[in-house]
Amino acid sequence: MPTDFRSPEPSASAPATAPVVTRLARSRRARPGLKNPLPAFVLLLFAVFFVLPVVWLLLAATKTDDQLVHANPLSFGSWHALRANWDALTGYQGDTVMLWLRNSALYTFLALVMTLVVVIPAGYALALTEFRGRHTLLVATLVVMLMPSATLVVPLFLEMNAVHLIGSMWSVILPYSFYPFGVYLAYIYFSTAIPRCLLEAARLDGCSEFGAFRRVALPLATPVVALVGFFSLVANWTNYFLPYVLLPQDDQFPVQVGLGTLLDAVPQFNPTVGTLSVERPELALATLLAITPVLVVFLFSQRFLVAGMLAGATKD
Amino acid sequence: MSISARNRAGSERTTRRALWPGRAGHGFVALYVVLLIAFGVVPTIYAIYFAFTTAGDTFAGFSNFTDAGGDFRFLPAVGHVALYLVCWLVSLVVFVVGLALLLHRLASRGVSKTLRFLFYIPGALAGAASVMVWLFVLDPTVSPVAFLLKALGFTTFDQVVAPGGLPILFTLIAFWTGAGGWILVMYGALNNISPDILEAARIDGAGPWQIARRIQIPMLRKWIVYMCILAFAGGTQLFVEPELLSQASNGVAGRDYSLNQLSYDFAFQNNNVNTAAAVSVELLLLGLVAAAVFVARSGFFDAD
Repeated sequence: MPTDFRSPEPSASAPATAPVVTRLARSRRARPGLKNPLPAFVLLLFAVFFVLPVVWLLLAATKTDDQLVHANPLSFGSWHALRANWDALTGYQGDTVMLWLRNSALYTFLALVMTLVVVIPAGYALALTEFRGRHTLLVATLVVMLMPSATLVVPLFLEMNAVHLIGSMWSVILPYSFYPFGVYLAYIYFSTAIPRCLLEAARLDGCSEFGAFRRVALPLATPVVALVGFFSLVANWTNYFLPYVLLPQDDQFPVQVGLGTLLDAVPQFNPTVGTLSVERPELALATLLAITPVLVVFLFSQRFLVAGMLAGATKD
Repeated sequence: MSISARNRAGSERTTRRALWPGRAGHGFVALYVVLLIAFGVVPTIYAIYFAFTTAGDTFAGFSNFTDAGGDFRFLPAVGHVALYLVCWLVSLVVFVVGLALLLHRLASRGVSKTLRFLFYIPGALAGAASVMVWLFVLDPTVSPVAFLLKALGFTTFDQVVAPGGLPILFTLIAFWTGAGGWILVMYGALNNISPDILEAARIDGAGPWQIARRIQIPMLRKWIVYMCILAFAGGTQLFVEPELLSQASNGVAGRDYSLNQLSYDFAFQNNNVNTAAAVSVELLLLGLVAAAVFVARSGFFDAD
């Protein structure tokens, strides 16, 4: 997942590129109105690459397994087949799929709340207050945030095992709530969006340190709350490895791990499966259900996401 | 909030607080530090402890590391991950930068915006969902691009997931879900390049190719390095793609393919947590070194 950046300052870059520009002057090439079709073709090709599997997935859920194999891959099946797939899927082991979705929602929501409670004050303190160990904490945050969370999955298992938390939903929610990248985003936001003099004024007016945070910083923090929330939600909803290892009971799976279980029950992928089989269109429908929450967030977040990713960058 | 210092008592209190800098700051970061210790530091120490001891809690020196390294699956896993990383990083740099530049050149802002959005959508399918989709796309019997697979000589799913092609397949999946977000970022970074510079270059006669090569790409360098570091660190952690693929192909492809899978199997199939911890420590070290070098050398983050 992409993360945020600080752009180089234009003032620093302008002198550096000026000589380049003068050198370029010699290699003048006139291109009067001649349109090269290649860029458009390349963009179109990649658009198909990115979109086609999604479209196919949407349509696959409306087909029977037979239609999936024999009909045009990009044709619509029928509402009837969609309904049948839905019934078969929700009937799978007595509505287990809905249970998985509820698990995912519960884990990500609790982790989201805890992440925000932890991350916003921490980012604020790193940006706008002085305390012993601040620099060390900031550097530690940067290093840990660049390390992929999967590195710690097996060690986390050993730790959780020692404190007998394996199988408890807190064994995934607590590690989810540890979110150094969120702290960094909050740090960047507070150090650029809130002038220190504003806090000084609040303190002069008699605000306590906590009062300054609550009355000045928090009301201005909405954009970074949304930004951290977005990244946390997407990262935790799509996490597979951690719950796969820490939640061995199948009634505790989040939906991502549940998809793996469904995959095991598809005869075309696992010929040894017995009576509890799942048809391929049902698996496609389950995949759609599993991604819907993130997809909805994505649909509404692009503009705001880009603004956020370049938070702390120079004005556009 | 007005800047008025009418409250003498207040300013006195401020002075007193200044003598105790840090108290409030420590309060604000306390929860975060607790989590950092509990889920960052402790598991790391724990992994190191396990990696250097035996099942009977006696010091084992490097024997767990030599056990892991000597396992017949270890070197192939390193090779797989390395090959995958090369494919993944090269395709990421070439296509993300290339596509961002093309999108930035598009005359129509609306088309550019729509395309960026379309490229970005598969990001919502990160994780297991993307593997499900690609299992279908790579199965010639149901694939929407079956004609392409058949043209390449593949008629069955097992042929498509033959071991030789797996780095390419995992690259495809990772690129499909991850590239769109990075394209947005690169595009945003391109927007931050002053239009005056580009205009000056254009007036001086630079073509789009020269502008890209001599101005835009050099100014994107920092972001490209950042992307590579994150993709590298993430790529070493390959797990869900080969794991699900091995399920879908009955263990024909993808079993013990990556280092994380190997660590998982040491711990949960062979009941050998010490060797598993040794593999984890190696992966941790790799991620830590990459991250620390980047933070220290790139100047990307200013941690004042």
